[in-house]
Amino acid sequence: MTYIAKPKFHHPGLKKNDLGYTHRDYEGKISTLCAGCGHDSITASIIEACYELSIEPHRVAKISGIGCSSKTPDYFLGNSHGFNSVHGRMPSVLTGANLANRDLIYLGVSGDGDSASIGFGQFAHSIRRGVNMTYIVENNGVYGLTKGQFSATADRGSKSKKGVTNTDNAIDLVAIALQLGATFVARSFSGDKSQLVPLIAAAIRHKGASFIDVISPCIAFNNHAGSTKSFDYVREHNDAVNRLDVLVGRDPIAVDYAPGTVQVVEQHDGSKLALRKIDADYDPHDRLGAQTFLAKHAAKGQIVTGLLYVDPDAEDMHAHLNTVETPLNTLEADTLCPGSSVLDKINASLR
Amino acid sequence: MSDKKPISSVNDFVVRFANVNGSGSASANEMFARAILRHGVPVSPRNIFPSNIQGLPTWYEVRVTEDGHLGARGGVDLMVAMNPQTWDKDVAGIEPGGYLFYDSTKPMPSTKFRDDITVMGVPLTAITNSTYTDPRQRQLFKNIIYLGALSALLDMDPKLIEQLIGEQYKGKEKLLSSNVHALHLGRDWALQNLKCPLGLRIKKSDKVGDRIFIEGNSAAALGAVYGGATVCAWYPITPSSSVAEAFTAHCKKYRHDPKTGQAKYAIVQGEDELASIGIVIGASWNGARAFTATSGPGISLMTEFIGLSYFAEIPAVIMNIQRAGPSTGMPTRTQQCDIIACAYASHGDTKHVLLFPEDPAEAFEFAAAAFDLAERLQTTIFLMLDLDIGMNHRLCRPLKWDDAKQYDRGKVMTAEMLEEGRDFGRYLDVDGDGIPYRTYPGTHPTKGSYFTRGTSRDRYARYSEEGSVYADNMQRLVRKFETAQDLVPRPLQANAERPTKYGVIYFGSTSPAMDEAIGLLEARGHQLDRLRIRAFPFHSSVASFLAEHDFVYVVEQNRDSQLRQLIVNENGIDPVRLVPIVHYDGTPITARYIAKAIGDHQDHLKVTPLRKAVS
Repeated sequence: MTYIAKPKFHHPGLKKNDLGYTHRDYEGKISTLCAGCGHDSITASIIEACYELSIEPHRVAKISGIGCSSKTPDYFLGNSHGFNSVHGRMPSVLTGANLANRDLIYLGVSGDGDSASIGFGQFAHSIRRGVNMTYIVENNGVYGLTKGQFSATADRGSKSKKGVTNTDNAIDLVAIALQLGATFVARSFSGDKSQLVPLIAAAIRHKGASFIDVISPCIAFNNHAGSTKSFDYVREHNDAVNRLDVLVGRDPIAVDYAPGTVQVVEQHDGSKLALRKIDADYDPHDRLGAQTFLAKHAAKGQIVTGLLYVDPDAEDMHAHLNTVETPLNTLEADTLCPGSSVLDKINASLR
Repeated sequence: MSDKKPISSVNDFVVRFANVNGSGSASANEMFARAILRHGVPVSPRNIFPSNIQGLPTWYEVRVTEDGHLGARGGVDLMVAMNPQTWDKDVAGIEPGGYLFYDSTKPMPSTKFRDDITVMGVPLTAITNSTYTDPRQRQLFKNIIYLGALSALLDMDPKLIEQLIGEQYKGKEKLLSSNVHALHLGRDWALQNLKCPLGLRIKKSDKVGDRIFIEGNSAAALGAVYGGATVCAWYPITPSSSVAEAFTAHCKKYRHDPKTGQAKYAIVQGEDELASIGIVIGASWNGARAFTATSGPGISLMTEFIGLSYFAEIPAVIMNIQRAGPSTGMPTRTQQCDIIACAYASHGDTKHVLLFPEDPAEAFEFAAAAFDLAERLQTTIFLMLDLDIGMNHRLCRPLKWDDAKQYDRGKVMTAEMLEEGRDFGRYLDVDGDGIPYRTYPGTHPTKGSYFTRGTSRDRYARYSEEGSVYADNMQRLVRKFETAQDLVPRPLQANAERPTKYGVIYFGSTSPAMDEAIGLLEARGHQLDRLRIRAFPFHSSVASFLAEHDFVYVVEQNRDSQLRQLIVNENGIDPVRLVPIVHYDGTPITARYIAKAIGDHQDHLKVTPLRKAVS
């Protein structure tokens, strides 16, 4: 959060998207995070993805919990409504907002402290319900705002800045999301913008619970030797499974599983994801395969990134609840209230 | 048998059924109460049940009341003792001259009876065993058989009971006929073997009028439907679960688009109370009318979000069906014990609006009004019921709705208003009432967006830790709470026939017992003016009432006299002038209890008139 608004000057030569918006229209306030924080790179990727998708900024609702990551919605989409709720309870607030108005785009931003500890239950249940959202965890394995305690995603054996060794097992949010039935699951690295931007764009276009775990090194408390979330460690252990681009309104590109080729995934709204797989055996439609793949590479100490699973035919919470297409927040007394004549009949039945 | 004369009373007595939870007696017992209503005689039933599914004792008490007293009376005139486990306590609770009805299949030692009561044994088990082979049928029809026997003993019209059975099993001919058969099995046995009728009798009357018979939770849920709630998020907890269940049932009936079959509502059973209130706040922030229903432990869990609702100014409606606390307390017993917890819920300086309905009719009205208030005031509104209203059927006036009513969505700035150039500051007090304008997400491409947060911010929603900015905001919240005084339901005052310097304040489910207690007190020569508080913040008439009386009794159902604390705290009154009258054993307060407690205090005042400062 910041007091400081960015200057509103727009260079007339700035590139515009289909709606006539420039990158600047997707920016927010100036970040007060530490210089070099991975979270700022994620912010930049969100801005880029929304720009590329030509989203109307004000049609996005950005909701977060508490923590470094949860501050970031202030730094993008300045013309959107934001909600910095309570620690770990972003998912329930987002769920309620989504119930009220299904027409907006919901971007949930959280952290590992937020989602893997106090909010672990809410994370799980929002995924389980299939809330149509893009749920991004900015995962640095450490509590930055309170200066360096381990979070629940910190790997066992890793060391804090103070030299303390973590003796607890880590929670892998991606593995959990897969198990809970998330219909879009991905992992990326904040420094890998070429991978992260299309992943975010694809997640936004996916109709259902999209989850992206973004490894985001903490420059202040988790970028040291012994940490498994440092820039150096992640670069060394990153095993990308694919690359993808979002193609809107264009013909799909057919692919197969051969290494270096492209696979096209069709989403519910007709948009296509073109996936370039690096791993020859990887199938992003195979939930069980994804879980096995993750577990196998985790055992090797590797971090798998890329689009791990997508269900192109996913349904969201509103479909499960069979709610009307009209946003519930626009319904008024004339359509909601059964009226006095019905009440008279109810009264008669209670005698 | 002693010389104690059997009680003789027509349309004015208390029947209590002692059963075992899970025995299927509830529907037969409720049918008994409804049958008396069909005779035109008011009843006031209460379900006293354990926080357990099966095997523990449960009681169902029916107060038959020609005079229409709807509070609990206390004492039992006719005990239907069907639970051997509680036999001794049940028999001991019968009023002298009262009646005991029991299953006489197995002989009981004479020491198990009292000689000042009339005992009626019916071999219920023997009758059911000789008639039915299926064990479950034997159990269920035993209940209908005792209902039949009671109908003869109390001189009830069997046709009215048959009518009720017909309504209950409409379209299920086999069940209907078998229940009617069981009814007459018991009735005929009683007529042939017992002296019928008893001194206690039901005589047809016309005292019910057009009143309806409904549980408070169901009425509150209906109020939510009429009040325009479209999002309900809840987590099961006794005694509030039936609110959400009733809302679900009402919505299925009245809230589906006839063309598409789609729902004009969303109901989510949250994973816990924290998620439930979070969903409510998210939905309300986004412009939907949303509520949750819970009880004390749920309120404890929700308090962090309630603080956010207060400080970030997001509408929310919480229906709190109170039960006996603290902690898990007595989950199935009634109290009014969450007053302080709700009034000041969450950390820091907070104040919340509380509504106190006295019966299902007000539960309906206040529930519907709660959504207007929540949006008008942009804050949490608590509808404070308790188990006694929520889970028991009450006679009340018919529910009413004005079709001309439109929902008050409060101060919402639209895209058009923003286009006009209106100055939008999310926390700007433009009207002096402390209530700012808000915008819904997605309203305008470039105007009106803001960041909602629980941290301090200025009038334009810009994050700020400046002390003066924080204090400015907190003062505006005080102004808003003062505005609420005139928006919430006002207290209702009723004065004694003669001028008096004594008053009594009460609220919620205490109301019917208080109404009756006034008559008992007058009979003892005590005159009291009454003030029924219906909401917090307190209207100025509360302070006036306090100023006009030397002593004011505050009657409530909790140990620490929580409403009295709130009155003292908010009005700065000398606590000595507020005399606590508390009842907190988990049973509903009775007129007898109130009349004795106030009457004794009044007598004491008369004996020592100079000692006004009593503790």
